[in-house]
Amino acid sequence: MTAPTQTARQRGLVSCHRCHRLTRRRETPADCPRCGAALHSRKPNSLARAWALVLAAFVFYIPANVLPVTHTTSLGAVQSDTIMSGVIYFIHSGSWPIALVIFIASVFVPLLKLLILAYLLMSIQRRWQWRPVDRTRLYRLTEVIGRWSMLDIYVITILVALVHLGALATIEAGPGAVFFAGVVVVTMLAAEAFDPRLIWDNMETGNDRTN
Amino acid sequence: MKTAHLMACHECDLLHRLEEVPPGAAAHCVRCGALLHRPKTDSINRTLALAMTGLVLYLVANTHPFLGFQIGAQTRETILVTGIQQLYQQDMKIIATLVLLTVVIVPAVHLGCMLYMLLPLQARRVPRHLARVLRLVVFLKPWGMMEVFLLGILVSIVKLVKMATIIPGIALYAFLGLIFVLAAMSVTLDEHLVWEQIEERQ
Repeated sequence: MTAPTQTARQRGLVSCHRCHRLTRRRETPADCPRCGAALHSRKPNSLARAWALVLAAFVFYIPANVLPVTHTTSLGAVQSDTIMSGVIYFIHSGSWPIALVIFIASVFVPLLKLLILAYLLMSIQRRWQWRPVDRTRLYRLTEVIGRWSMLDIYVITILVALVHLGALATIEAGPGAVFFAGVVVVTMLAAEAFDPRLIWDNMETGNDRTN
Repeated sequence: MKTAHLMACHECDLLHRLEEVPPGAAAHCVRCGALLHRPKTDSINRTLALAMTGLVLYLVANTHPFLGFQIGAQTRETILVTGIQQLYQQDMKIIATLVLLTVVIVPAVHLGCMLYMLLPLQARRVPRHLARVLRLVVFLKPWGMMEVFLLGILVSIVKLVKMATIIPGIALYAFLGLIFVLAAMSVTLDEHLVWEQIEERQ
């Protein structure tokens, strides 16, 4: 396959982020004539916003895993569980497939997503030319997997709804759950702030670094 | 019409001169592989049918018994929003709001927007603010997470099955159906087609 030559930006065109209509680039800020969204050739301040959100998510990730996400009161005795202690409970009770699902969705996926985004941001800042197609694929992966980390929040919601039997058994959400929800939302915003076109801009300006 | 066929990849910005894509085929970016355009057959009719089905399922899913929980003589019936109410009462307002948005409000807005857009379009009229409504749908898409909630139900059932009997309600089945309808809707809706309709009217 021969490499095609030009990007929209090189031709002085802007592709709308929402409806993908092409418009001629102007000096002053403008809105898309078709859908009315603000026009930008690249997402504004993409690197700075994505870094800020990734770092915030790393910070939230610690209390999310250390603090209890549920308090179970059963006949007067209170038991507090973190995400990992929930996973360990499932391993001990023999439901290791469920243990694996929770571990992947709650511990592994958020961390993987943050590491991928941090790596991609670094690769853009250092102007790496290495395998842009695979780096774009990594970005798509972060977009797809992030939402599944909400699993634990939903499990808590359902447990809290069902196990509400007065003195017999009650489940309440713990402070870890708030931080955990924060991790999910902030990483989703980070993926949205990231502009994959920046990966490719480096490939084009590789010979000409004056730009 | 010449510029209408010129299109930039939304992931790497490469320009493509897009020929008419035949039905059932898809155009991908030659450089990064992103999906550029996949025309849909009978898009507006099919999506509208799904949106109407979705509305019925949504109403059932939100009003009827969702899950029941039975230990000995004690039974507890819940509806979809019971957990959200409980979280709110436990002063977990952030989580309650997040769950309400992602499981209840976003799907409702999504279905509402679809009906608002497609009912007039099917009658060959263009509704007011069509562009703004479609933009909202595109914006909200990642924030509807019903399928993740379904996995949450499965995990919860496994967690509780040893201590109690779980009774699935009619709303659970409606919820399950709704997930499929929403997924099918995002496959049948041809956003490109709607944007073109908007452009023609301008």
